[in-house]
Amino acid sequence: MSLLDYFKTTKPNSAKLAKERLQILVAHERSERNQPSYLPQLKQELLNVIRKYIQINQDDISVNFESDDEQETLELNIVIPEQPQS
Amino acid sequence: MARIIVVTSGKGGVGKTTTSAAIAMGLAKKGHKTAVIDFDVGLRNLDLILGCERRVVYDFVNVINEEATLNQALIRDKRCNQLYILPASQTRDKDALTQEGVGKVLDELAKTFKYIVCDSPAGIERGANLAMYFADDAFVVTNPEISSVRDSDRMLGILSSKSKRAENGDEPIKEFLLLSRYDPTRVKLGEMLSVEDVQDILSLHLLGVIPESKSVLNASNSGTPVILDETSKAGQSYSDIVDRYLGEDKPHRFIDEDKKGLFGRLFRSK
Ligand SMILES: Nc1ncnc2c1ncn2[C@@H]1O[C@H](COP(=O)(O)OP(=O)(O)O)[C@@H](O)[C@H]1O
Ligand SMILES: [Mg+2]
Repeated sequence: MSLLDYFKTTKPNSAKLAKERLQILVAHERSERNQPSYLPQLKQELLNVIRKYIQINQDDISVNFESDDEQETLELNIVIPEQPQS
Repeated sequence: MARIIVVTSGKGGVGKTTTSAAIAMGLAKKGHKTAVIDFDVGLRNLDLILGCERRVVYDFVNVINEEATLNQALIRDKRCNQLYILPASQTRDKDALTQEGVGKVLDELAKTFKYIVCDSPAGIERGANLAMYFADDAFVVTNPEISSVRDSDRMLGILSSKSKRAENGDEPIKEFLLLSRYDPTRVKLGEMLSVEDVQDILSLHLLGVIPESKSVLNASNSGTPVILDETSKAGQSYSDIVDRYLGEDKPHRFIDEDKKGLFGRLFRSK
């Protein structure tokens, strides 16, 4: 791809791209906003415990905290790989 | 009852000080006794934008430390006798502002002033937090630019959780969007986020769009708040913003390119 093509393909509507990036980012940051600060550490410790038994990646575990007026829920999601890794 | 307005943004250089000077002058010119406070400790600037830098004797921190009275520190504007400025301290001591001290000064101002405008520093440190802590209304100054929008959203989170109103469970701070340095031509070319784009993300009440304008630099060069330049689009935009804030129903301007009509079209904000 020539330099000219590069400008041709990126120039139209960079604002649209900015908006899409913002929408994803802002939604993510808002969901994290009310989370307790111990969450990342909790996640790391859980990861360490699980790894004693099963090899999983950082991304295979998600810890979500949600709260409404009534209650707070901590949702833990662990994806176990199909073939146990050795 | 006094109303405390914080002009905030998270990001620096988006137009908070320009806006604080303009709207404080605008409110004062409408006959409301208004004080404008520079919270940018160590980086005093509002005095320059208002053209009173040579009249500064005492500052905000002197008042907090009871080294001067509020009346000694307040500078009365020479153009409008309803406007008073409380300059920031140039101390490098970051802890010079205390919540108790700021609260006391605001309480005292509230006895005689109708509006108190707090010009927040950038960032989310003490100065910025204290500028918004006591606020009734927040003017969120945002540029149509990706990092500014993100920072504004972060500030909204802080406004709704770390303010006095939030802590006391009172009615939340009223938040308004001021979209500044807007360039309709670039928006049309798809190079700049549009008002609608920013609104889709922040969903705030739009108080006004301030166009990118050369008159802002001219105004700051001469120490005149841009709102006093009636020929300037930025100045006119700030006048509209003051009117809308005071409850007037004014159509939005400066959203479209000039060609489309000098008076713009009615823009519906959410
Ligand atoms: N509408 C505008 N058009 C052009 N320049 C602007 C506009 N608003 C602000 N500026 C310029 O942007 C710079 C930062 O403005 P300032 O009000 O000091 O921002 P902040 O207080 O948020 O750091 C200044 O040089 C100012 O002249
Ligand atoms: Mg400033």
